[in-house]
Amino acid sequence: MSGHDGYAAVMARRGDVMRTSVGIDYAAYATGALAFDYERLLADTGYDLPAIEAVQARTGVGATPLVELENLTSLARALAPAGHGARILLKDEAANPSGSFKDRRASLSAHEARAKGYPGIAAATSGNYGAAVASQAAKAGLPCVIVQEAFDSRGLAQPEIAEKARACEAYGAEVLRLSVGPELFYVFLRVLEETGFFNASLYTPYSILGIETLGYELARQVRALAGRLPDAVLVTHAGGGNVTGTARGLAAAGAAEVPVIGVSVDLAGLHMASDRDFNRKSFTTGHTGFSIPFTTWPDRADVPRNAARALRYLDRFVTVTQGEVFYATQALAELEGLERGAAGNTALAAAIAMARELPADGILVVQETEYTGAGKHPIAQLGLARKLGIEVRRGDPRTSRPGESIVVPEHPSQLRVVDLDLDRIRRSYLRKAMGSLAAGTTPSDADVEFLAADTRTDPDYVARFLRQADAPGR
Amino acid sequence: MSERIAEGAWVQIHGIVLRPGERVAKVPEETQAVPLEMTAKGRLDGAAALGEEVTITTPAGRRLAGTLVAVDPPYDHGFGRPVPELVPVGRELRALLVNEGETR
Repeated sequence: MSGHDGYAAVMARRGDVMRTSVGIDYAAYATGALAFDYERLLADTGYDLPAIEAVQARTGVGATPLVELENLTSLARALAPAGHGARILLKDEAANPSGSFKDRRASLSAHEARAKGYPGIAAATSGNYGAAVASQAAKAGLPCVIVQEAFDSRGLAQPEIAEKARACEAYGAEVLRLSVGPELFYVFLRVLEETGFFNASLYTPYSILGIETLGYELARQVRALAGRLPDAVLVTHAGGGNVTGTARGLAAAGAAEVPVIGVSVDLAGLHMASDRDFNRKSFTTGHTGFSIPFTTWPDRADVPRNAARALRYLDRFVTVTQGEVFYATQALAELEGLERGAAGNTALAAAIAMARELPADGILVVQETEYTGAGKHPIAQLGLARKLGIEVRRGDPRTSRPGESIVVPEHPSQLRVVDLDLDRIRRSYLRKAMGSLAAGTTPSDADVEFLAADTRTDPDYVARFLRQADAPGR
Repeated sequence: MSERIAEGAWVQIHGIVLRPGERVAKVPEETQAVPLEMTAKGRLDGAAALGEEVTITTPAGRRLAGTLVAVDPPYDHGFGRPVPELVPVGRELRALLVNEGETR
């Protein structure tokens, strides 16, 4: 299609469409060629923690239970050296209205859309977030459009996304389902232009501020339960919002020193825009296909400036395999009586492994769960994998290859995390930042300070990187 | 398939958003080789038969055009067969806990 509604013409209008549909003039926050005032971007929304809590309380969002996983803790202790095996606590976010922590993200967007008089809400998402936006839109009395990447060129739907479409429709939303490809963004822009709806992007300040209550609640709950703060909070990590919002909420509760560990399912080798690979992924979120690109370059998001900036908050970044997460999901159901969705249990798989390394008086918090059901279940995902010729077997999960094999551990001692090198990720971020500069532009002092804050380093670190990047032969 | 479907019926349409030659250059070859397709559901704006070009009104009030492909489109995602690799996991883990309880 060409002309006014053609791909090139619509993409050229993206800046205007975003400004209108989000109601934020991002350019006003620029403080350099690269730098922008991140804290002011968030603060200017006018929502502080009490305001966010009030908005969320009105729709039954948040205040989810913190559950002590006594049996999984016993299991970790059974596998650990004497005196080891930390307590594992779980924030049961499936208790939110649409079944995941994404309700926290959607709540401020719906509130904002209504307050500013937008005629409806739209979001581009194939995940739990669609159901969350649809649920919040229903409560706000606003029409809603969700745009999904849902099926491959053979018409084969990813079962988890099919379930999300059903959930969105249950809340009265229109679901526009697309085949595989990043041009989804073009379709989404056309929806925003045509409807004038609010863009409930996952990456606006509203979406990130909404998660702060999660970190804030869990710090208070752990203090009340154990009389102290946890040794680490494990966060299933995809686009960076969960890490960012949770860490900011911890800081607001006086728990800034608690390490935040991002955990992703390793999907190395599978291409996110591939029609062939689409259904060979048995996870639709919480995986490295999102977390690596978004951690190394957050501003790839639909909005000009992503409010989810994971590198600012990550203390450690680890991966687990698909088979380990399915195993942890089964363990949570059968040992703790909590049947929950697999993707939300990504951090749980890591917690079972990491609890063994900590003393028995240590505390690990897994900060989310999500609902489960038809399609959105290990049985449905492994059934599809098998149908597509992916090998499913028991064994050492380290021998698995994403898209080719899924290996369910034979014993819980086989659960392991693999550390990603955060310093390498920081350098990758800096390379992408420099690559985004117009030719002949050199970073100002403000840019260097911003890059240091964005990578959680210091201006000397950034300056050293820039000198190396300029060196001959590089 | 000449049976007429009544105006107002809950239906699904299908359409092509971008043809293979119109895909963006950065997507992998296998994605470039196929069209970007869309499906949507809504109420049929006027009586029509399957396979005809129609318009629908979606739950958000939008009017969309496409080929009529289904009436009362089913939700056919489910669970499927139990997965043999997961069936024994609970029993194995409980056995580890029992043994541990006996030895400590």
